[in-house]
Amino acid sequence: MNGFSALLKRDLKLAYRQASDSLTVLAFFVLATVLFPLAVGPEPAILARIGAGVVWVAALLAAMLSMDRMFQSDYDDGTLELLVIAPAPLELCVLAKACAHWLTTGVPLIVAAPLMGLFLNLDPAGYGTLLLALALGTPSLSLIGAVGAALVLGARRGGALLSLLILPLFVPVLIFGVGAVEAALTDISARPQLFVLGALTLAALALTPWPAAAALRQAVE
Amino acid sequence: MHRFANPTRFVALARAVQPWAMTIALATLFAGLWFGLLASPPDYQQGETVRIMYVHVPAAWMAMFCYTGMAGASAVALVWKHAVAHVTARATAPIGAAFTFLALVTGSLWGKPMWGTWWVWDARLTSVLILFFLYLGYMALENAFDDRARGQRAAAILAIVGAVNVPIIKFSVDWWNTLHQPASVVRLDGPSIHPSMLTPLILMAVGYTAFYIWVLCLRVRADINMSKVRALKLRNA
Amino acid sequence: MAVFSGRDLGCERGERLVFEDVSFDIPGGGVTELRGANGSGKSTLLRMMAGLLAPTDGTILWNNIPVSEDADAHRARINYIGHLDGVKGMLTVTENLRFWGELTRGQQTDKQIRDRADLALATFGIAKLADLPARSLSAGQRRRTALARLIMRPALIWLLDEPATALDTSALAALDHAMAAHLGAGGIVVMATHEAIRQPTPKVDLDEFARRAAAKHRAAA
Repeated sequence: MNGFSALLKRDLKLAYRQASDSLTVLAFFVLATVLFPLAVGPEPAILARIGAGVVWVAALLAAMLSMDRMFQSDYDDGTLELLVIAPAPLELCVLAKACAHWLTTGVPLIVAAPLMGLFLNLDPAGYGTLLLALALGTPSLSLIGAVGAALVLGARRGGALLSLLILPLFVPVLIFGVGAVEAALTDISARPQLFVLGALTLAALALTPWPAAAALRQAVE
Repeated sequence: MHRFANPTRFVALARAVQPWAMTIALATLFAGLWFGLLASPPDYQQGETVRIMYVHVPAAWMAMFCYTGMAGASAVALVWKHAVAHVTARATAPIGAAFTFLALVTGSLWGKPMWGTWWVWDARLTSVLILFFLYLGYMALENAFDDRARGQRAAAILAIVGAVNVPIIKFSVDWWNTLHQPASVVRLDGPSIHPSMLTPLILMAVGYTAFYIWVLCLRVRADINMSKVRALKLRNA
Repeated sequence: MAVFSGRDLGCERGERLVFEDVSFDIPGGGVTELRGANGSGKSTLLRMMAGLLAPTDGTILWNNIPVSEDADAHRARINYIGHLDGVKGMLTVTENLRFWGELTRGQQTDKQIRDRADLALATFGIAKLADLPARSLSAGQRRRTALARLIMRPALIWLLDEPATALDTSALAALDHAMAAHLGAGGIVVMATHEAIRQPTPKVDLDEFARRAAAKHRAAA
């Protein structure tokens, strides 16, 4: 666990010193959400109907935006080589990086989500479920994103490529994330969706470190 | 000539299989289309549009089959570091993507008379669409590196990750679809199928598979010849 | 005494044969230089020794046991300084070193890591820069910081890729001094280099292996 805590500590320290990076992602999230009322019109009923979906899509895109940086700077400056040959297991390093990514982008998105709900005239009954769904779902975005970010290291046009690789894999999280809020709004229990979201995150936690570590090893080979 | 550029036995096998696959493909596709388009009765519900099914359903099967093959070959390539397995996976991707595209287009053409619109967010169409994106991602990643070995290793990992995800995506899309759109539409696979329709369907499926093997042999041989050429150029450089 | 050796190593990169049939035996307590023209594969061989790259052919052995049998134990033996410095610009020099110490801490306490960092700073004459962010360092100072990682963690085998790049005479002397101490304790140093740092040293000459392989191919043809 030494490697995990050392890397997490370092990444959080770096994120704190480059706080504008996290704030940019947050600003993107807010802006992307604000575009929807401008595009579909300001009728409260329509906005309330699409609100949960819009928040989730904007969160997905915002998380995507910051993902290609997850390993890029370590790859560029040679730290990644050191991580690969360090005695600490590389899979734990991946978990530390994904965890740092979630803490620096996922958590701010969750915190900002209620404000977006307000903008979109979301029914008050949906707020709790929206936050819970985001809290359960966004960690899996960071984990799946880690695989994609590791795969595109050294590729031409990595950012655009990453979205092509990762967005299809985000589909289940999106469907169940939005589904949970819609269930809550129609007075059906949202528990099945929340359970599935939790299961997706647990599965991602157990499965993604291996392909991500394999991708990192072959990236520095 | 070093090993990578010279998987002799595989090339010999591909060369031997290729004419057979071509013959079977052409014969069954011709027979299948004749039975499907001319010699079978129209469906009592769907009318003549049912004939699209003979092109569509086997294409959708092949879309899945090719992805499975691609992921399997990728796993072999990563575990046993077998160069030919990489080549097979790489050669399969565009064929699979073409079948997926065919399934999407024919599904859409079939949807117009049946559902009155070109595109319906039917669970099957949606999952096939996402599968199409998975193929595109694989091909884009494979070609995104200056070092070809890097591209094929990264793409192999992606193919395996994708294969694990396909059932999850399928499950979530089915779930999403039943929630948003009660299953009232006529499904492509009707209640039960009449033998006169089964014959062309099976012929077409065999034909597609043989076509896949034919094109695969062709692509693998071309790919190996290309890498021989590159290796020779590098040696003489 | 421990022996680090390679048998019939071959490497293909991007369908190009970089080298073949390279063998070496490096006993403890000595420096070995990797010599060869540009493109002869010095860095590649060094990366192979570090475990970043699997040999296409042949085996790397530690005391006549293939290192691939226990990759973790091999990683614990290696200190690798590559082309890239692996220094994070947003962290101070001390933080960079301590991160590396914590990542590979083993049984060391925080106090021991802090002491080691001080020792490493002093060894490479960068104690005065300790609290500067690394982005403000010169190329030579960054290289010194990278080399200081050698002190942060005890490891038997030092693999140095062009360690003298951007170093001035006082830094070269510091490196010589650090290597002497390491060799005195029975360690191994392998370095790819153009300039001779200490003379005379045993050499692994990749050009020589390439000539032999070419002669073999001519005889076969």
